[in-house]
Amino acid sequence: MAEREHVQKPAPTRRESEATSAPAKSERGEEIKSELDDLLDEIDEVLETNAEEFVKSYIQKGGE
Amino acid sequence: MAIPKTIGIETEFGITHRGVDDPDPITASSILIGAYVAATHQYVAGGGSPVSWDFIDETPGLDARGYAPTGSMAPVVETHLVNAVLTNGARYYVDHAHPELSTPECADALSGVRFDRAAEIIAQRSMEATSAILPPGEEIVLYKNNSDGKGNSYGCHENYLVDRSTPFGEIVTHCTTHFVTRQIYTGAGKVGSEVAGVPASEVPFQLTQRADFFEEEVGLETTLKRPIINTRDEPHADARKYRRLHVIVGDANMSEVATFLKVGTTAILLALIEDKALPRRIEFASPVAAIRQVSADMSLARTLEMADGTTATALDIQWELLEACSNYVAQRGTDNTGGPTAEAVLQRWEQVLTSLSSDPMTLSTQLDWVAKYRLLEGYRERHGLGWDHPRLRAMDIQYHDLRPSKSLAARVGLETLVGIDEATAGVTDPPSDTRAYFRGECLKRYRADIVAANWDSMVFDIGADALRRVPMMEPLRGTREHMARLFDESDSAADLLRRLGK
Repeated sequence: MAEREHVQKPAPTRRESEATSAPAKSERGEEIKSELDDLLDEIDEVLETNAEEFVKSYIQKGGE
Repeated sequence: MAIPKTIGIETEFGITHRGVDDPDPITASSILIGAYVAATHQYVAGGGSPVSWDFIDETPGLDARGYAPTGSMAPVVETHLVNAVLTNGARYYVDHAHPELSTPECADALSGVRFDRAAEIIAQRSMEATSAILPPGEEIVLYKNNSDGKGNSYGCHENYLVDRSTPFGEIVTHCTTHFVTRQIYTGAGKVGSEVAGVPASEVPFQLTQRADFFEEEVGLETTLKRPIINTRDEPHADARKYRRLHVIVGDANMSEVATFLKVGTTAILLALIEDKALPRRIEFASPVAAIRQVSADMSLARTLEMADGTTATALDIQWELLEACSNYVAQRGTDNTGGPTAEAVLQRWEQVLTSLSSDPMTLSTQLDWVAKYRLLEGYRERHGLGWDHPRLRAMDIQYHDLRPSKSLAARVGLETLVGIDEATAGVTDPPSDTRAYFRGECLKRYRADIVAANWDSMVFDIGADALRRVPMMEPLRGTREHMARLFDESDSAADLLRRLGK
Protein backbone atom coordinates (compact mmCIF):
# COMPACT_ATOMS: atom_id res chain seq x y z
CA MET A 1 0.00 0.00 0.00
CA ALA A 2 1.29 3.48 -0.81
CA GLU A 3 2.74 5.30 2.13
CA ARG A 4 0.74 8.24 3.19
CA GLU A 5 -0.21 10.17 6.24
CA HIS A 6 -3.63 9.38 7.52
CA VAL A 7 -5.33 11.90 9.65
CA GLN A 8 -7.29 10.04 12.27
CA LYS A 9 -10.84 11.14 11.88
CA PRO A 10 -13.26 10.81 14.74
CA ALA A 11 -15.50 7.81 14.24
CA PRO A 12 -19.02 8.68 13.20
CA THR A 13 -21.47 8.77 16.02
CA ARG A 14 -25.17 8.45 15.91
CA ARG A 15 -26.76 11.87 15.89
CA GLU A 16 -30.25 12.49 17.08
CA SER A 17 -31.91 15.48 15.47
CA GLU A 18 -30.06 18.44 16.85
CA ALA A 19 -31.83 21.62 17.82
CA THR A 20 -29.36 23.79 15.90
CA SER A 21 -30.12 22.16 12.56
CA ALA A 22 -33.89 22.21 12.99
CA PRO A 23 -34.77 25.56 11.34
CA ALA A 24 -32.78 24.81 8.18
CA LYS A 25 -34.30 21.39 8.00
CA SER A 26 -37.89 22.54 8.28
CA GLU A 27 -37.24 25.21 5.64
CA ARG A 28 -36.02 22.52 3.29
CA GLY A 29 -38.99 20.41 4.37
CA GLU A 30 -41.37 23.22 3.33
CA GLU A 31 -39.61 23.55 0.02
CA ILE A 32 -39.90 19.82 -0.67
CA LYS A 33 -43.55 19.88 0.35
CA SER A 34 -44.36 22.70 -2.03
CA GLU A 35 -42.54 20.89 -4.85
CA LEU A 36 -44.61 17.81 -4.08
CA ASP A 37 -47.82 19.85 -4.21
CA ASP A 38 -46.86 21.21 -7.63
CA LEU A 39 -46.10 17.70 -8.86
CA LEU A 40 -49.42 16.38 -7.57
CA ASP A 41 -51.22 19.24 -9.35
CA GLU A 42 -49.96 18.10 -12.73
CA ILE A 43 -49.35 14.39 -12.28
CA ASP A 44 -52.71 13.18 -13.62
CA GLU A 45 -51.57 14.21 -17.08
CA VAL A 46 -48.80 11.59 -17.13
CA LEU A 47 -50.44 8.78 -15.15
CA GLU A 48 -51.59 5.68 -17.01
CA THR A 49 -55.24 6.35 -17.87
CA ASN A 50 -56.86 3.11 -16.75
CA ALA A 51 -55.00 2.22 -13.56
CA GLU A 52 -56.87 -0.99 -12.89
CA GLU A 53 -56.35 -2.37 -16.41
CA PHE A 54 -52.71 -1.23 -16.40
CA VAL A 55 -51.95 -2.98 -13.12
CA LYS A 56 -53.76 -6.12 -14.25
CA SER A 57 -51.86 -6.30 -17.52
CA TYR A 58 -48.45 -5.67 -15.96
CA ILE A 59 -47.43 -9.32 -15.72
CA GLN A 60 -43.79 -10.39 -15.85
CA LYS A 61 -42.21 -13.78 -16.02
CA GLY A 62 -39.74 -14.51 -13.26
CA GLY A 63 -36.18 -13.80 -14.22
CA GLU A 64 -32.53 -14.24 -13.18
CA MET B 1 -5.33 -9.06 2.02
CA ALA B 2 -7.96 -6.81 0.50
CA ILE B 3 -7.80 -6.40 -3.28
CA PRO B 4 -9.20 -3.49 -5.31
CA LYS B 5 -12.93 -3.94 -5.72
CA THR B 6 -13.81 -4.26 -9.39
CA ILE B 7 -17.60 -4.06 -9.58
CA GLY B 8 -20.46 -4.47 -12.02
CA ILE B 9 -24.26 -4.21 -12.03
CA GLU B 10 -26.61 -6.48 -14.02
CA THR B 11 -30.16 -5.23 -14.56
CA GLU B 12 -33.07 -7.27 -15.84
CA PHE B 13 -35.70 -4.85 -17.07
CA GLY B 14 -39.42 -5.41 -16.79
CA ILE B 15 -40.92 -5.37 -20.30
CA THR B 16 -44.39 -4.87 -21.79
CA HIS B 17 -45.47 -5.08 -25.40
CA ARG B 18 -48.52 -2.89 -25.89
CA GLY B 19 -50.96 -3.12 -28.75
CA VAL B 20 -50.70 -6.88 -29.29
CA ASP B 21 -53.17 -9.49 -28.05
CA ASP B 22 -50.86 -12.12 -26.67
CA PRO B 23 -47.53 -10.47 -25.91
CA ASP B 24 -44.51 -12.74 -25.59
CA PRO B 25 -41.74 -11.22 -23.47
CA ILE B 26 -38.95 -13.24 -25.09
CA THR B 27 -39.96 -12.05 -28.55
CA ALA B 28 -40.37 -8.48 -27.28
CA SER B 29 -36.93 -8.57 -25.64
CA SER B 30 -35.36 -9.91 -28.83
CA ILE B 31 -37.02 -7.23 -30.96
CA LEU B 32 -35.88 -4.53 -28.54
CA ILE B 33 -32.22 -5.53 -28.35
CA GLY B 34 -32.11 -6.36 -32.05
CA ALA B 35 -33.45 -2.89 -32.84
CA TYR B 36 -30.81 -1.21 -30.68
CA VAL B 37 -27.99 -3.31 -32.07
CA ALA B 38 -29.09 -2.52 -35.64
CA ALA B 39 -29.64 1.19 -35.00
CA THR B 40 -26.23 1.66 -33.40
CA HIS B 41 -24.41 -0.52 -35.92
CA GLN B 42 -23.10 -2.95 -33.32
CA TYR B 43 -22.25 -5.29 -36.18
CA VAL B 44 -19.26 -7.20 -37.43
CA ALA B 45 -18.61 -5.37 -40.68
CA GLY B 46 -19.40 -7.63 -43.62
CA GLY B 47 -20.68 -10.37 -41.35
CA GLY B 48 -24.08 -8.90 -40.67
CA SER B 49 -24.33 -10.39 -37.20
CA PRO B 50 -23.54 -8.66 -33.93
CA VAL B 51 -20.36 -9.60 -32.14
CA SER B 52 -21.55 -12.54 -30.17
CA TRP B 53 -20.98 -13.56 -26.63
CA ASP B 54 -18.61 -16.47 -26.18
CA PHE B 55 -19.95 -18.98 -23.66
CA ILE B 56 -16.87 -21.12 -23.34
CA ASP B 57 -16.02 -19.76 -19.88
CA GLU B 58 -19.56 -19.62 -18.51
CA THR B 59 -20.04 -22.09 -15.69
CA PRO B 60 -22.93 -20.74 -13.64
CA GLY B 61 -23.41 -24.07 -11.87
CA LEU B 62 -20.16 -23.86 -9.91
CA ASP B 63 -20.78 -23.33 -6.23
CA ALA B 64 -18.59 -21.13 -4.01
CA ARG B 65 -18.92 -23.63 -1.21
CA GLY B 66 -17.04 -26.10 -3.39
CA TYR B 67 -19.87 -28.49 -4.18
CA ALA B 68 -23.22 -28.57 -5.92
CA PRO B 69 -25.89 -29.51 -3.38
CA THR B 70 -28.06 -32.40 -4.51
CA GLY B 71 -31.25 -31.17 -6.09
CA SER B 72 -30.14 -27.56 -6.49
CA MET B 73 -30.92 -25.99 -9.83
CA ALA B 74 -27.99 -24.46 -11.66
CA PRO B 75 -29.05 -21.50 -13.79
CA VAL B 76 -29.56 -22.33 -17.45
CA VAL B 77 -27.61 -20.23 -19.93
CA GLU B 78 -29.75 -19.62 -23.01
CA THR B 79 -27.34 -19.42 -25.92
CA HIS B 80 -29.78 -19.07 -28.80
CA LEU B 81 -31.09 -15.63 -27.90
CA VAL B 82 -29.87 -12.18 -28.85
CA ASN B 83 -26.59 -11.50 -27.17
CA ALA B 84 -24.44 -8.50 -27.94
CA VAL B 85 -21.26 -6.93 -26.64
CA LEU B 86 -21.31 -3.14 -26.78
CA THR B 87 -18.47 -0.71 -27.37
CA ASN B 88 -18.75 0.53 -23.78
CA GLY B 89 -17.75 -2.98 -22.69
CA ALA B 90 -21.24 -3.99 -21.54
CA ARG B 91 -23.17 -7.13 -22.40
CA TYR B 92 -26.76 -6.69 -23.63
CA TYR B 93 -28.86 -9.80 -24.04
CA VAL B 94 -32.12 -11.67 -23.54
CA ASP B 95 -32.09 -13.49 -20.23
CA HIS B 96 -35.09 -15.69 -19.54
CA ALA B 97 -37.97 -13.39 -20.43
CA HIS B 98 -36.25 -10.04 -19.88
CA PRO B 99 -33.76 -7.80 -21.61
CA GLU B 100 -30.69 -7.67 -19.40
CA LEU B 101 -27.78 -5.29 -19.42
CA SER B 102 -24.57 -6.04 -17.54
CA THR B 103 -22.41 -2.97 -17.09
CA PRO B 104 -18.73 -3.14 -17.96
CA GLU B 105 -16.32 -3.73 -15.08
CA CYS B 106 -16.03 -0.55 -13.00
CA ALA B 107 -13.23 0.44 -10.64
CA ASP B 108 -15.35 2.26 -8.06
CA ALA B 109 -18.92 2.99 -7.00
CA LEU B 110 -19.15 6.32 -8.84
CA SER B 111 -18.13 4.63 -12.08
CA GLY B 112 -20.75 1.98 -11.28
CA VAL B 113 -23.39 4.70 -11.00
CA ARG B 114 -22.25 6.20 -14.30
CA PHE B 115 -22.55 2.94 -16.20
CA ASP B 116 -25.82 2.07 -14.49
CA ARG B 117 -27.16 5.40 -15.75
CA ALA B 118 -25.66 4.67 -19.20
CA ALA B 119 -27.61 1.39 -19.13
CA GLU B 120 -30.82 3.39 -18.63
CA ILE B 121 -29.97 5.56 -21.62
CA ILE B 122 -29.30 2.42 -23.69
CA ALA B 123 -32.71 1.12 -22.60
CA GLN B 124 -34.32 4.42 -23.64
CA ARG B 125 -32.59 4.40 -27.01
CA SER B 126 -33.65 0.78 -27.47
CA MET B 127 -37.29 1.75 -26.93
CA GLU B 128 -36.91 4.56 -29.48
CA ALA B 129 -35.24 2.28 -32.02
CA THR B 130 -38.03 -0.25 -31.47
CA SER B 131 -40.77 2.35 -32.01
CA ALA B 132 -39.28 3.07 -35.41
CA ILE B 133 -39.75 -0.52 -36.59
CA LEU B 134 -42.97 -1.62 -34.84
CA PRO B 135 -46.35 -1.26 -36.60
CA PRO B 136 -48.41 1.78 -35.56
CA GLY B 137 -50.26 1.19 -32.31
CA GLU B 138 -47.58 -1.09 -30.85
CA GLU B 139 -45.03 -0.09 -28.26
CA ILE B 140 -42.42 -1.90 -26.19
CA VAL B 141 -41.86 -0.33 -22.77
CA LEU B 142 -39.14 -1.02 -20.19
CA TYR B 143 -39.34 -0.72 -16.41
CA LYS B 144 -36.38 -0.66 -14.04
CA ASN B 145 -38.02 -2.46 -11.15
CA ASN B 146 -37.93 -5.97 -9.68
CA SER B 147 -41.49 -7.17 -9.26
CA ASP B 148 -44.81 -7.21 -11.10
CA GLY B 149 -46.76 -7.05 -7.83
CA LYS B 150 -48.16 -10.52 -8.51
CA GLY B 151 -45.39 -12.67 -7.09
CA ASN B 152 -43.00 -12.57 -10.06
CA SER B 153 -39.57 -11.09 -9.51
CA TYR B 154 -36.55 -10.37 -11.71
CA GLY B 155 -33.20 -9.21 -10.52
CA CYS B 156 -30.68 -6.45 -10.28
CA HIS B 157 -27.44 -8.20 -9.40
CA GLU B 158 -24.20 -6.70 -8.14
CA ASN B 159 -20.76 -8.22 -8.64
CA TYR B 160 -17.65 -7.63 -6.60
CA LEU B 161 -14.17 -9.07 -7.12
CA VAL B 162 -12.83 -10.54 -3.89
CA ASP B 163 -9.68 -12.33 -2.81
CA ARG B 164 -10.04 -16.08 -3.37
CA SER B 165 -8.25 -16.80 -0.09
CA THR B 166 -10.97 -15.13 1.99
CA PRO B 167 -13.03 -17.90 3.62
CA PHE B 168 -16.48 -17.90 2.02
CA GLY B 169 -18.08 -18.42 5.43
CA GLU B 170 -16.77 -15.01 6.54
CA ILE B 171 -18.35 -13.39 3.50
CA VAL B 172 -21.64 -15.16 4.26
CA THR B 173 -21.71 -13.99 7.87
CA HIS B 174 -20.85 -10.33 7.41
CA CYS B 175 -22.58 -9.76 4.08
CA THR B 176 -25.83 -11.23 5.42
CA THR B 177 -25.71 -8.64 8.20
CA HIS B 178 -25.16 -5.86 5.68
CA PHE B 179 -27.69 -7.03 3.10
CA VAL B 180 -30.47 -7.31 5.68
CA THR B 181 -29.82 -3.86 7.13
CA ARG B 182 -28.71 -1.82 4.08
CA GLN B 183 -32.31 -2.12 2.84
CA ILE B 184 -33.08 1.05 4.82
CA TYR B 185 -31.34 3.08 2.10
CA THR B 186 -31.17 0.71 -0.89
CA GLY B 187 -34.90 -0.09 -1.04
CA ALA B 188 -36.82 1.06 -4.12
CA GLY B 189 -40.16 0.93 -2.27
CA LYS B 190 -43.23 -1.20 -2.99
CA VAL B 191 -46.97 -1.05 -2.36
CA GLY B 192 -48.18 -4.12 -0.46
CA SER B 193 -46.65 -7.53 0.13
CA GLU B 194 -46.16 -10.52 -2.16
CA VAL B 195 -45.69 -13.02 0.63
CA ALA B 196 -48.58 -15.51 0.57
CA GLY B 197 -51.02 -14.81 3.37
CA VAL B 198 -49.81 -11.31 4.23
CA PRO B 199 -52.72 -8.90 3.66
CA ALA B 200 -52.16 -5.42 2.24
CA SER B 201 -53.51 -3.99 5.48
CA GLU B 202 -50.55 -5.48 7.32
CA VAL B 203 -47.89 -4.14 4.90
CA PRO B 204 -49.42 -1.23 2.95
CA PHE B 205 -45.98 -0.05 1.81
CA GLN B 206 -42.54 -1.56 2.29
CA LEU B 207 -38.97 -0.42 1.76
CA THR B 208 -37.92 -2.93 -0.92
CA GLN B 209 -39.13 -4.68 -4.05
CA ARG B 210 -37.16 -7.83 -3.36
CA ALA B 211 -37.34 -8.85 0.31
CA ASP B 212 -40.57 -10.81 -0.21
CA PHE B 213 -38.77 -13.23 -2.53
CA PHE B 214 -35.96 -14.47 -0.28
CA GLU B 215 -36.51 -17.82 1.38
CA GLU B 216 -33.02 -19.19 2.12
CA GLU B 217 -29.85 -17.94 3.77
CA VAL B 218 -27.28 -19.38 1.34
CA GLY B 219 -27.62 -21.19 -1.99
CA LEU B 220 -26.96 -21.47 -5.70
CA GLU B 221 -30.45 -20.73 -7.01
CA THR B 222 -31.50 -17.37 -8.39
CA THR B 223 -35.01 -18.06 -9.67
CA LEU B 224 -36.67 -20.07 -6.93
CA LYS B 225 -36.03 -20.39 -3.21
CA ARG B 226 -33.80 -17.37 -3.60
CA PRO B 227 -30.96 -17.13 -1.06
CA ILE B 228 -29.73 -13.94 0.64
CA ILE B 229 -26.19 -15.04 -0.24
CA ASN B 230 -25.83 -16.50 -3.73
CA THR B 231 -22.99 -19.00 -4.07
CA ARG B 232 -22.43 -18.88 -7.83
CA ASP B 233 -18.67 -19.30 -8.20
CA GLU B 234 -17.77 -18.04 -11.63
CA PRO B 235 -15.06 -15.42 -11.27
CA HIS B 236 -14.65 -14.46 -14.97
CA ALA B 237 -11.01 -13.92 -13.95
CA ASP B 238 -8.08 -15.95 -12.62
CA ALA B 239 -9.92 -18.40 -10.38
CA ARG B 240 -6.82 -19.13 -8.33
CA LYS B 241 -6.68 -15.51 -7.18
CA TYR B 242 -10.21 -14.23 -7.39
CA ARG B 243 -13.77 -14.89 -6.47
CA ARG B 244 -16.70 -12.90 -7.87
CA LEU B 245 -19.30 -12.30 -5.22
CA HIS B 246 -22.64 -12.38 -7.09
CA VAL B 247 -25.18 -10.43 -5.04
CA ILE B 248 -28.81 -11.07 -5.98
CA VAL B 249 -30.57 -9.57 -2.98
CA GLY B 250 -30.70 -5.89 -3.96
CA ASP B 251 -33.28 -3.69 -5.66
CA ALA B 252 -32.72 -1.87 -8.95
CA ASN B 253 -32.50 1.81 -8.07
CA MET B 254 -33.72 4.84 -9.96
CA SER B 255 -31.87 7.04 -7.44
CA GLU B 256 -28.16 7.48 -8.13
CA VAL B 257 -27.52 8.10 -4.44
CA ALA B 258 -29.09 4.72 -3.61
CA THR B 259 -27.01 2.91 -6.24
CA PHE B 260 -23.89 4.73 -5.02
CA LEU B 261 -24.50 3.64 -1.43
CA LYS B 262 -25.60 0.11 -2.33
CA VAL B 263 -22.40 -0.59 -4.25
CA GLY B 264 -20.05 1.69 -2.31
CA THR B 265 -20.83 0.45 1.19
CA THR B 266 -20.71 -3.19 0.09
CA ALA B 267 -17.32 -2.72 -1.62
CA ILE B 268 -15.80 -1.19 1.52
CA LEU B 269 -17.30 -3.83 3.78
CA LEU B 270 -15.80 -6.57 1.59
CA ALA B 271 -12.34 -5.06 2.07
CA LEU B 272 -12.84 -5.26 5.84
CA ILE B 273 -13.88 -8.90 5.51
CA GLU B 274 -10.79 -9.69 3.43
CA ASP B 275 -8.55 -7.97 5.99
CA LYS B 276 -10.39 -9.47 8.99
CA ALA B 277 -10.96 -5.93 10.21
CA LEU B 278 -14.50 -6.25 11.55
CA PRO B 279 -14.45 -6.06 15.34
CA ARG B 280 -17.19 -8.65 15.85
CA ARG B 281 -19.73 -10.90 14.17
CA ILE B 282 -23.26 -9.53 14.08
CA GLU B 283 -25.64 -12.41 13.41
CA PHE B 284 -29.43 -12.59 13.26
CA ALA B 285 -31.46 -15.29 14.93
CA SER B 286 -33.21 -15.70 11.56
CA PRO B 287 -31.81 -13.76 8.59
CA VAL B 288 -34.80 -14.59 6.33
CA ALA B 289 -37.30 -13.32 8.92
CA ALA B 290 -35.06 -10.30 9.52
CA ILE B 291 -34.82 -9.27 5.85
CA ARG B 292 -38.61 -9.21 5.56
CA GLN B 293 -39.05 -7.49 8.90
CA VAL B 294 -36.67 -4.68 7.97
CA SER B 295 -38.36 -4.19 4.61
CA ALA B 296 -41.82 -4.04 6.16
CA ASP B 297 -40.91 -1.56 8.89
CA MET B 298 -41.11 2.02 7.65
CA SER B 299 -40.67 3.30 11.20
CA LEU B 300 -37.15 1.78 11.20
CA ALA B 301 -37.75 1.28 14.92
CA ARG B 302 -38.63 -2.38 15.34
CA THR B 303 -35.86 -4.42 16.89
CA LEU B 304 -34.43 -7.56 15.31
CA GLU B 305 -33.64 -10.71 17.26
CA MET B 306 -29.95 -11.47 17.23
CA ALA B 307 -28.34 -14.91 17.46
CA ASP B 308 -26.81 -14.05 20.85
CA GLY B 309 -30.21 -13.23 22.35
CA THR B 310 -29.84 -9.45 22.20
CA THR B 311 -31.88 -7.15 19.97
CA ALA B 312 -30.93 -4.32 17.60
CA THR B 313 -32.51 -2.17 14.90
CA ALA B 314 -31.27 -2.12 11.30
CA LEU B 315 -30.13 1.45 11.95
CA ASP B 316 -28.10 0.39 15.04
CA ILE B 317 -26.32 -2.21 12.93
CA GLN B 318 -25.68 0.17 10.03
CA TRP B 319 -24.14 2.71 12.43
CA GLU B 320 -21.87 -0.02 13.76
CA LEU B 321 -20.82 -1.11 10.24
CA LEU B 322 -20.21 2.52 9.25
CA GLU B 323 -18.00 3.04 12.28
CA ALA B 324 -15.96 -0.07 11.46
CA CYS B 325 -15.59 0.99 7.81
CA SER B 326 -14.61 4.57 8.76
CA ASN B 327 -11.96 3.31 11.15
CA TYR B 328 -10.62 0.95 8.51
CA VAL B 329 -10.32 3.66 5.88
CA ALA B 330 -8.75 6.07 8.40
CA GLN B 331 -6.11 3.49 9.27
CA ARG B 332 -5.42 1.84 5.92
CA GLY B 333 -6.41 4.35 3.27
CA THR B 334 -8.61 3.79 0.27
CA ASP B 335 -6.31 1.92 -2.14
CA ASN B 336 -8.52 -1.17 -2.14
CA THR B 337 -11.89 0.45 -1.63
CA GLY B 338 -12.17 2.81 -4.58
CA GLY B 339 -9.80 5.73 -3.82
CA PRO B 340 -11.40 9.14 -3.21
CA THR B 341 -14.80 7.63 -4.00
CA ALA B 342 -14.57 5.66 -0.74
CA GLU B 343 -14.35 8.92 1.23
CA ALA B 344 -17.46 10.18 -0.56
CA VAL B 345 -19.27 6.92 0.19
CA LEU B 346 -18.48 7.19 3.91
CA GLN B 347 -19.64 10.81 4.04
CA ARG B 348 -22.89 10.06 2.26
CA TRP B 349 -23.44 6.93 4.33
CA GLU B 350 -23.12 8.93 7.57
CA GLN B 351 -25.33 11.74 6.29
CA VAL B 352 -28.07 9.32 5.20
CA LEU B 353 -28.00 7.37 8.48
CA THR B 354 -28.21 10.67 10.37
CA SER B 355 -31.31 11.66 8.40
CA LEU B 356 -32.85 8.21 8.71
CA SER B 357 -32.33 8.47 12.49
CA SER B 358 -34.17 11.79 12.75
CA ASP B 359 -36.62 12.22 9.85
CA PRO B 360 -36.41 9.79 6.90
CA MET B 361 -38.80 11.94 4.86
CA THR B 362 -36.04 14.56 4.44
CA LEU B 363 -34.37 12.02 2.11
CA SER B 364 -37.08 12.26 -0.55
CA THR B 365 -34.60 13.48 -3.16
CA GLN B 366 -31.98 10.86 -2.27
CA LEU B 367 -33.62 7.49 -1.59
CA ASP B 368 -36.11 5.71 -3.83
CA TRP B 369 -38.35 4.31 -1.14
CA VAL B 370 -38.74 7.73 0.49
CA ALA B 371 -39.34 9.49 -2.83
CA LYS B 372 -41.94 6.91 -3.87
CA TYR B 373 -43.64 6.85 -0.48
CA ARG B 374 -43.98 10.63 -0.31
CA LEU B 375 -45.39 10.82 -3.82
CA LEU B 376 -47.91 8.03 -3.26
CA GLU B 377 -48.85 9.20 0.24
CA GLY B 378 -49.38 12.74 -1.08
CA TYR B 379 -51.60 11.44 -3.88
CA ARG B 380 -53.45 9.11 -1.51
CA GLU B 381 -54.21 11.92 0.94
CA ARG B 382 -55.29 14.34 -1.75
CA HIS B 383 -57.73 11.86 -3.30
CA GLY B 384 -58.76 10.00 -0.15
CA LEU B 385 -57.62 6.59 -1.45
CA GLY B 386 -56.81 3.42 0.47
CA TRP B 387 -53.40 1.82 0.01
CA ASP B 388 -55.03 -1.03 -1.92
CA HIS B 389 -56.34 1.33 -4.62
CA PRO B 390 -55.18 0.35 -8.14
CA ARG B 391 -54.11 3.93 -8.80
CA LEU B 392 -51.36 3.61 -6.16
CA ARG B 393 -50.20 0.27 -7.51
CA ALA B 394 -50.11 1.80 -10.99
CA MET B 395 -48.00 4.71 -9.72
CA ASP B 396 -45.67 2.24 -8.01
CA ILE B 397 -44.97 0.57 -11.37
CA GLN B 398 -44.86 3.84 -13.26
CA TYR B 399 -42.21 5.22 -10.90
CA HIS B 400 -39.84 2.82 -12.72
CA ASP B 401 -41.05 3.50 -16.30
CA LEU B 402 -37.90 4.32 -18.30
CA ARG B 403 -39.65 6.53 -20.84
CA PRO B 404 -38.73 10.10 -19.86
CA SER B 405 -42.26 11.23 -20.77
CA LYS B 406 -43.81 8.75 -18.32
CA SER B 407 -41.26 8.10 -15.57
CA LEU B 408 -42.43 9.28 -12.15
CA ALA B 409 -38.91 8.88 -10.74
CA ALA B 410 -37.80 11.50 -13.27
CA ARG B 411 -40.31 13.93 -11.71
CA VAL B 412 -39.52 13.73 -8.00
CA GLY B 413 -36.31 15.77 -8.09
CA LEU B 414 -33.80 12.98 -7.39
CA GLU B 415 -30.27 14.22 -6.81
CA THR B 416 -27.73 13.12 -9.43
CA LEU B 417 -24.07 12.29 -8.87
CA VAL B 418 -23.08 11.91 -12.52
CA GLY B 419 -23.56 14.58 -15.19
CA ILE B 420 -25.72 13.71 -18.19
CA ASP B 421 -22.75 14.19 -20.56
CA GLU B 422 -20.64 11.72 -18.58
CA ALA B 423 -23.47 9.21 -18.50
CA THR B 424 -24.13 9.61 -22.22
CA ALA B 425 -20.43 9.13 -23.04
CA GLY B 426 -20.72 5.87 -21.09
CA VAL B 427 -23.21 4.59 -23.66
CA THR B 428 -20.46 4.27 -26.27
CA ASP B 429 -17.14 4.55 -24.39
CA PRO B 430 -15.82 1.98 -21.92
CA PRO B 431 -14.42 2.84 -18.48
CA SER B 432 -10.75 3.77 -18.87
CA ASP B 433 -9.55 2.03 -15.73
CA THR B 434 -10.51 -1.66 -16.10
CA ARG B 435 -10.13 -4.40 -18.73
CA ALA B 436 -13.46 -3.19 -20.18
CA TYR B 437 -11.31 -0.53 -21.87
CA PHE B 438 -9.54 -3.24 -23.87
CA ARG B 439 -12.82 -4.93 -24.80
CA GLY B 440 -14.59 -1.72 -25.78
CA GLU B 441 -11.71 -0.17 -27.70
CA CYS B 442 -11.09 -3.40 -29.63
CA LEU B 443 -14.77 -3.41 -30.61
CA LYS B 444 -14.53 0.20 -31.75
CA ARG B 445 -11.28 -0.22 -33.68
CA TYR B 446 -11.18 -3.76 -35.04
CA ARG B 447 -14.77 -4.95 -35.08
CA ALA B 448 -14.37 -6.66 -38.46
CA ASP B 449 -11.72 -8.96 -37.01
CA ILE B 450 -13.48 -9.88 -33.77
CA VAL B 451 -15.55 -13.05 -33.79
CA ALA B 452 -16.42 -13.35 -30.12
CA ALA B 453 -15.99 -11.66 -26.77
CA ASN B 454 -16.71 -12.47 -23.17
CA TRP B 455 -15.72 -11.10 -19.79
CA ASP B 456 -12.28 -12.64 -19.71
CA SER B 457 -11.24 -13.02 -23.34
CA MET B 458 -11.58 -11.75 -26.90
CA VAL B 459 -11.35 -13.91 -30.01
CA PHE B 460 -9.91 -12.49 -33.23
CA ASP B 461 -9.97 -13.79 -36.79
CA ILE B 462 -7.12 -12.14 -38.67
CA GLY B 463 -7.16 -14.36 -41.72
CA ALA B 464 -5.15 -17.36 -42.77
CA ASP B 465 -4.48 -19.36 -39.64
CA ALA B 466 -6.35 -20.28 -36.47
CA LEU B 467 -8.52 -17.90 -34.46
CA ARG B 468 -6.55 -15.99 -31.83
CA ARG B 469 -7.87 -15.81 -28.31
CA VAL B 470 -6.60 -13.01 -26.07
CA PRO B 471 -7.18 -13.91 -22.42
CA MET B 472 -8.06 -11.08 -20.02
CA MET B 473 -7.80 -12.83 -16.67
CA GLU B 474 -6.84 -9.68 -14.72
CA PRO B 475 -9.79 -7.27 -14.42
CA LEU B 476 -7.52 -4.28 -13.83
CA ARG B 477 -5.21 -4.90 -16.81
CA GLY B 478 -5.94 -3.62 -20.29
CA THR B 479 -6.72 -0.11 -19.03
CA ARG B 480 -6.15 3.07 -21.01
CA GLU B 481 -2.91 3.58 -19.12
CA HIS B 482 -1.67 0.17 -20.31
CA MET B 483 -3.15 0.21 -23.77
CA ALA B 484 -3.53 3.71 -25.23
CA ARG B 485 -0.14 3.78 -26.95
CA LEU B 486 -0.45 0.24 -28.20
CA PHE B 487 -3.83 1.00 -29.75
CA ASP B 488 -2.52 4.20 -31.35
CA GLU B 489 0.34 2.31 -32.93
CA SER B 490 -1.82 -0.58 -34.19
CA ASP B 491 -3.71 0.10 -37.41
CA SER B 492 -5.19 -3.37 -37.49
CA ALA B 493 -6.05 -6.24 -35.18
CA ALA B 494 -3.14 -8.15 -36.72
CA ASP B 495 -0.81 -5.30 -35.71
CA LEU B 496 -2.21 -5.29 -32.20
CA LEU B 497 -1.89 -9.05 -31.77
CA ARG B 498 1.68 -8.95 -33.06
CA ARG B 499 2.57 -6.27 -30.52
CA LEU B 500 0.85 -8.25 -27.79
CA GLY B 501 2.91 -11.29 -28.81
CA LYS B 502 -0.15 -13.34 -29.76
